[in-house]
Amino acid sequence: MSYSNKVLDHYENPRNVGSFEKTDTKVGTGMVGAPACGDVMKLQIKVNQEGVIEDARFKTYGCGSAIASSSLLTEWVKGKTLDQAREIKNTEIAEELELPPVKVHCSVLAEDAIKAAIEDYQSKNGDASDDTQQSA
Amino acid sequence: MSEVKRPIYLDYSATTPVDQRVADVMCSHLVMDGNFGNAASRSHAYGWEADEAIKQARKNVAGLVNADPREIVWTSGATESDNLAIKGVAHFYKKKGKHIVTCKTEHKAVLDSCRQLEREGYEITYLDPEDNGLIDLAKLEQALRDDTVLVSIMHVNNEIGVIQDIAAIGELTRARGILFHVDAAQSAGKIPIDLQQLKVDLMSFSAHKVYGPKGIGALYVRRKPRARIEAQMHGGGHERGMRSGTLATHQIVGMGEAFRIAKEEMATENDRILSLRNRLWNGFKEMEEVYLNGDLEQRVAGNLNVSFNYVEGESLIMAIKDLAVSSGSACTSASLEPSYVLRALGRNDELAHSSIRFSIGRYTTEQDIDETIRLLKTQVEKLRELSPLWDMYKEGIDLSTVQWAAH
Amino acid sequence: MTAYLDHNATTRVDDRVFEAMRPYLQDVYGNPSSVHRAGRYARTAIDVAREQVAVLTGAQPSQVIFTSGGTEANNLALSGVIRSRPDTALAYSAIEHSSVLEMVQYLAAQGTECVEIAVQANGCVSTAATQAVLDSGAGLVSVMLANNETGVIQPIAAIKQQVAAAGAMLHVDAVQAAGKIPLPALLSDVDLVSLSAHKLYGPKGVGALIRREGVELVPMMFGGGHEKGLRAGTENVAAIVGFGKAAELAVSELDIRRQHMQALQDRLLERLDTMPAVTVFARDAERVVNTVQLGVAGIDGETLLLTLDQQGYAVSSGSACSSSSNEPSHVLMAMGVDRELSRNAIRVSTGKDTSVEEIDGFCDALQGQLDMLKRFSAMSAR
Repeated sequence: MSYSNKVLDHYENPRNVGSFEKTDTKVGTGMVGAPACGDVMKLQIKVNQEGVIEDARFKTYGCGSAIASSSLLTEWVKGKTLDQAREIKNTEIAEELELPPVKVHCSVLAEDAIKAAIEDYQSKNGDASDDTQQSA
Repeated sequence: MSEVKRPIYLDYSATTPVDQRVADVMCSHLVMDGNFGNAASRSHAYGWEADEAIKQARKNVAGLVNADPREIVWTSGATESDNLAIKGVAHFYKKKGKHIVTCKTEHKAVLDSCRQLEREGYEITYLDPEDNGLIDLAKLEQALRDDTVLVSIMHVNNEIGVIQDIAAIGELTRARGILFHVDAAQSAGKIPIDLQQLKVDLMSFSAHKVYGPKGIGALYVRRKPRARIEAQMHGGGHERGMRSGTLATHQIVGMGEAFRIAKEEMATENDRILSLRNRLWNGFKEMEEVYLNGDLEQRVAGNLNVSFNYVEGESLIMAIKDLAVSSGSACTSASLEPSYVLRALGRNDELAHSSIRFSIGRYTTEQDIDETIRLLKTQVEKLRELSPLWDMYKEGIDLSTVQWAAH
Repeated sequence: MTAYLDHNATTRVDDRVFEAMRPYLQDVYGNPSSVHRAGRYARTAIDVAREQVAVLTGAQPSQVIFTSGGTEANNLALSGVIRSRPDTALAYSAIEHSSVLEMVQYLAAQGTECVEIAVQANGCVSTAATQAVLDSGAGLVSVMLANNETGVIQPIAAIKQQVAAAGAMLHVDAVQAAGKIPLPALLSDVDLVSLSAHKLYGPKGVGALIRREGVELVPMMFGGGHEKGLRAGTENVAAIVGFGKAAELAVSELDIRRQHMQALQDRLLERLDTMPAVTVFARDAERVVNTVQLGVAGIDGETLLLTLDQQGYAVSSGSACSSSSNEPSHVLMAMGVDRELSRNAIRVSTGKDTSVEEIDGFCDALQGQLDMLKRFSAMSAR
C-alpha cells in the first residue's frame, strides 16, 4: 500500500495538533471512532461570535491516512461558517489526499468528527441558534 | 533503489535474505554449464546430476532435524506443506475420524486449511492459548476425542515467537494414536529439533525463513510409525507420489545449503541474536506503557513483539520507515484487522493495534539495535503527542469505561 | 560437452533471465506481503512479471495466478473448477500430460464423471470426439495446445468454438506450446491456460494459471490470501521475476527462435528420412518446430538412449515426468502406434541454442547404431 505525497506531508508535518479547553463555550469537541477499529479522532473547533470557525485543533490515534485526514480538515474548516463546515464531504477529503480505497473510511471518520464538533458546539450554545442559522 | 539508504531490516520472521553461500550454490545450478537438468530425466547425465544434487540437499534438510532423508517431501513452501499435511491427513484418514485440534494462533496456512476442511464437513477445535501465548496441555488433552485424527500445533509462533512444548504434545497424541503435525517454519534452524526424539509425525519447513530461497519448502512425513497422507498435487508421481511436479533443482539445493549452514552455525548464531534481542528489549523496557507480547522465556531468540500503548501500529510503522518491521504477520498485514494472534492472547484492542514485531537475524548489528531504540523512542513520543488516547490515559481515564461511538 | 536435445523436459535458464533473477535472490529479499519498503520492492517486481507473463498469452495481468509450476497450474485448473461446481462432467484428451491425467484419476475416484476424448492416428485430438463428449454433457474440457511427446499442435481454435457453443469451459495446457508458437490469438477467451517457466528458459519451480474473469475456482492451497485468494503461499519472487523475463524474451524472440529451430528440424528430418528403420511419429501433423519423436525398429529404446547418452547426446523416451516407469508412451498408444515401436520411442527436442552440428552429430550417432545393428543381424543370420 503506498500513500500519496499529500498524505505523507500531512503525516510528517501535521497541522494544528493540540487541544482547546473542552469546557470553553466557544469550543466544540468531536471525538469519533474507537480503539477497536484502530482509529480515534478528536477534532476541536473554536467558533467566534459571527459563527465562524476561527481556529481548529486535532489529535488522532490511527493510521497515516487518518492522521492526514484530520490534519487536512483542520486547515479546511478555519474561516468557514458552521454551515459551510458541515457541508464538507468525505469524498472531497479522500480525493484531495488521493486515499486508496481501503483507506476511504478515514475520510468518513473525519467528516463524522467535524459534524460531531459542530453538534457539540451548538448543544453547548443552545440548539435554537442552530435552527435559525440553518433556516437563514 | 540502491542509491537510497536501505532501511534497517528487522523483519527476519517475514523472510530472510539468501545467504551468499546459498546464492552461490543456487547460481551454479542456473547458469551455463550448470546443473539444469530435469531430475526426472532418466536417460541422460543432465537428469542424473540434478537427481544427485537433490539427494544431497535432502540429506542436508533431514540432517538439521535428525530425520531420514526418505522422510522429506519437497514442496513449494511451508504454506503448501501445511496444506498437504492437514488436508492430506484429513482426507486419508476420513473413515477413521473427522476431528482435528489446532490453536487460534496458528499461521493462516494452518487455519485456512482447517476452515476448508470445515466446509468439507470436518470438525475443528481451535484452542485458546494462555495469556503468554502458550498452550495449556491439560486443555489440549481435554480437546482430544475418539474421532480426533490430527493435532496441528506450530513450534514457534511467527508473530510472538513463543515456543510450544511439542515434546509433551507428542506424548499425548502418540499415546492415543493421533497424528501430530508441527509447523516448524519459524523454528527450524533456530532451535534444535530432533525428530528421533520428538513424537511428531509431520513437520513443515520453509527455506526462506532460514536464509534460503523463497518458493521452496518441505514436509517431513514420518516412516516409523508411518504417517499416511493423500497427495494434493497429482501428475508424475514425484516425491513417492506425495507431491508431483518437476523438482526445482536450484531452489532445492539452496534449501539444502541453507539447512546445512543452519545446523553448523545455529548455536553460535543464537547466542549473538539473543544478546541483540535482550539489548533491544532493555532499550524499550524503560519507556512508559510498553508491553511485551508473549512469554519472554519460552521464546525464540530473534523475536521481540512489543505493544506501544496508545500509538496505532500502522502509523508507527510509517513513522519508522527507515526500519523494516511488521505489525503482525506479513501474510495479514495488508488487512486492517488487528493481529488475530494478539487478540487470541486476550490483548485489548489498543494493545493489539499497537504491536510491532521486531525480528532479528544473521545480519543484524548492535548499531542496528541502538538506532532502532533511538528511532522508536522519538517516534512513539511524537505519535503520543498526536494521540487522544494518550491524553486520556494521562488524565487518568480508564479507556475500557469509555463509550465509543462505533462507526 | 553433451549435446542437450531434451528441451521439452526442461531448458537451461537464459543468461538474461538469470541476470534478472539475481538481485531478487539476494539484494531485494523482502516478503511481498510486507508493507515496508523491502516488501514493496518485491511486490513491484511481481507486478512487472505478471504483465510480462500476461503478454505471452494475450491476457490481462489480473488474470495471472502464479503457481509452483505447470503441474500445479493443471491441477488447480481441473480441481478448482470441479470443486467449485461438483456436478461438472470433465472431458480430457487421451494424450494430456500426467498432471492432467492423474488429477482426472483422482477426481474420478472422488465421484466426478470423467470422459476421455480420443485422438486420431496423426496425434491430433478428434474434433468429432470432442463434439460427442460435449453433446453428452461435458462441462469442462481439457486439451493441451502442443503435445510434449509428439509436438503435435492440437486444433484448439476449432475446439474453442465447439466448447463455447456448448456453453462449457475450456482448459488448455499450453506448457509445451509457449515460446514455440504465438499464443494470444489462439488462447483469447480460453477459460483457463496453464504455463510453466522452465520449458521456456525460465527457472524451475514457477508457473501460472491464466484465468478468464468470472471463472470460479476453489483453491488448492489456503492461507494468507495471496494471488487473490486463489493460491496461498509467499511468492517465489526471484523465480517469478525470472518467469517474467523469460516470457518477455519468448515473445520478442519468437520469430528468430522458430526460424532457427525450423532449420534444425528440416535438417533432422532430412537425415532421418534416409534411415529406413526410423519412423517419425505424427510426421504429417502440424507440430511445434522443436520436437521430433521417432521410433527405431529392432532396437530397444532404453539401450539406445543410454548408448546415445554415452556418446554425448541427451535425448529422452518421452515425458520426463513418467520416464521412471517402463510403460510404453500413453500418447503413442492413444495414436494406435504398435506397442513394441512405442516402447522404443525417442524424443528429440531442440532449443534456441541447439546447433546444426549437434543435430548432425546426433544423426551420425544414430546412424552408427543402426549400422551396428545391421552388421549384428547380418552376422547372426549367417
